[in-house]
Amino acid sequence: MTYLDLQKDLAEQGYVASDDLAMALHLAVTLGRPLLLEGAAGVGKTEVARALAAARDTRLIRLQCYEGLDAAQAIYEWNYQRQLLAIQASGKTGKEAEAQIFSEDYLLERPLLQAIRQDTPPVLLIDEIDRADEEFEAYLLEVLADFQITVPELGTITAKSRPLVVLTANGTRDLSDALRRRCLYAHVDYPDRKTELAILDARCPGLSAQLSGQIVGFVQDLRKEDLVKKPGVAEMLDFAAALAGLGVADLTEDPAALMAAMATLLKTEADRGAVPAEVAQRLAGRAA
Amino acid sequence: MSRVTKFAGRDPGPGARVAGFMAHLRAHGFALGVAETGTALAALGAVKASDPSEARAALRAVCAGRAEDVDRFDALFDSFWMDAGRVRQKTVPSDKTNKSDDMRSSRKDAGETEAEGTGKIHAPGGSGGGEVESDGTGRLVASDVKNLMKKDLRDLVDPEDIRKAEAVALRLGQALRDRRSRRRKAARRGWAVDFRRTIRKAVATGGVPLRLARRTRPDRPVKIVALCDVSGSMLVYARPFLAFLAGLMRADANSDAYLFHTRLVRIAEALREEDPMRALNRVTLMAEGIGGGSCIGGALEHFAATYARRFANGRSVVIILSDGYDSDPPEHIAAGLEALKRRGCRIVWLNPLKGWKGYEPIARGMAAALPYLDLFEAANTLEALASLDQKLGAI
Repeated sequence: MTYLDLQKDLAEQGYVASDDLAMALHLAVTLGRPLLLEGAAGVGKTEVARALAAARDTRLIRLQCYEGLDAAQAIYEWNYQRQLLAIQASGKTGKEAEAQIFSEDYLLERPLLQAIRQDTPPVLLIDEIDRADEEFEAYLLEVLADFQITVPELGTITAKSRPLVVLTANGTRDLSDALRRRCLYAHVDYPDRKTELAILDARCPGLSAQLSGQIVGFVQDLRKEDLVKKPGVAEMLDFAAALAGLGVADLTEDPAALMAAMATLLKTEADRGAVPAEVAQRLAGRAA
Repeated sequence: MSRVTKFAGRDPGPGARVAGFMAHLRAHGFALGVAETGTALAALGAVKASDPSEARAALRAVCAGRAEDVDRFDALFDSFWMDAGRVRQKTVPSDKTNKSDDMRSSRKDAGETEAEGTGKIHAPGGSGGGEVESDGTGRLVASDVKNLMKKDLRDLVDPEDIRKAEAVALRLGQALRDRRSRRRKAARRGWAVDFRRTIRKAVATGGVPLRLARRTRPDRPVKIVALCDVSGSMLVYARPFLAFLAGLMRADANSDAYLFHTRLVRIAEALREEDPMRALNRVTLMAEGIGGGSCIGGALEHFAATYARRFANGRSVVIILSDGYDSDPPEHIAAGLEALKRRGCRIVWLNPLKGWKGYEPIARGMAAALPYLDLFEAANTLEALASLDQKLGAI
């Protein structure tokens, strides 16, 4: 399999990947290495993992990172209520009771443990790793290198199959060199005009060629404006859906509808202010 | 003619060529270890390595680790593999002395400016005279001769100051603890129950959790990012501030420091030099133009758009040491501070003029900054800085 095959498989899932991204994914699959994707919010980093899982017909296990994420939420947790009941019901104490309650039956799998215990290799998406604390990042290094997890009460659990790991980050904090070194890397940018048109066609096949050209041109121009939150690909698709829902066939024909649909693109007060109706009209006129 | 580099006949083979390429990248500041060479070879095995575009994309995925690397990679790739058909004599540098001759191509590559900057930088001895110590490197000597008029920071700060400032910085660091963490750690008197330990203890009492184990939020030190104005009007106050920056770097490995006048310079790395005086030398060399004009707004905007993205976050306290006299329009200060606020930073502005009787922040820049500040205080001596710990603790 070459990276072009992978690119085609992803396209069938509605994900249009650039050559560089497809190559990085291809290497991640063949070499069994984690892949770190960086880029602005909304360029489709998370979607890559979803499309990859669909293309390889395997499970997607997602770990959403946040500040304070710890082992209990990321790796495993014990089912405390059942443990307490079990001790009381059995009437055992000491070693016996301990052996009973710290067993598989009472283990709750969280995404990381789940990912290494699948029979077929899943896609493990570690989303927004830069939101997690440095401690967690350091812990991940071990998991990503050896694909094994140690539960103190049970011992070391080694992966049945090596998951395909995709990490995403969008620069909330700088990641450590150690993590970067363990991963392959691809920088995902906003798609170029041609790619974005292909994405729009794949996702909203009903649109006329003229309107989809206008939508993509409009959104691409809008990204060049000085905005706090630049609209991503998902926003572009929402925008297209909104326009279709409002029955707009041409961006320039109905300024009121255009402004209404802009609610899908501009998500802050400041950005709404930065693109008043006249500016939107001008952009639409240029895109037409 | 093919642009692909030819290799000398005695060349030991593809493995060595890839190793040579890795050394080439390393020499230009890429953080690559030995393991990456293996990965790179494996990656080339997984693609059509004879196709330059595939080889380029594969090596980029392996070798680049961040967005800047991606930008620089193409030029470095070209200079090694696509050298217009010239013969590369050696693929792997045999020792340090001939490394740069082999690895540098004569073509201008984008990474060149940052490369080879590993040597210690020596400043000329003393502030006057133009005498140059023999161990200075050629490039730096040249820059020194150009900058004879420059203010030497060593005249301003002595090691005693730095030692005192270190204590001050430590104290401020301790005042700036962050208790907002959502992470928990075991503690004797915490407010959350630690279920795992509680259940363990309950085993002994037949499943009755008699003793509850507790967890609490750990204290987290906050990262201090200091931006110091060294324009002409601030030069009289530079002594305590520079000492503070140097002390800060020594006291806390996570802190970060910048100087600005008409441009912004990151001096954190330079200030971490073991010898404090040599650290100041390096800073003197870097921050050419000290005592000149001031573009606070421009510097803040630049900081927010570049360094802050990587080094400042919700756990950072940005300390700005400046009198607020700015040659940029005040909107720039406001825009820069607003961008910093969006990153979740807390902002402290220390203005030496504020201690003056009847001072009003009427300088336009200062007035524009006020709405974004968490703390606006006077500080023009180390003692004044030290007394800030209470107020800093409260923000």
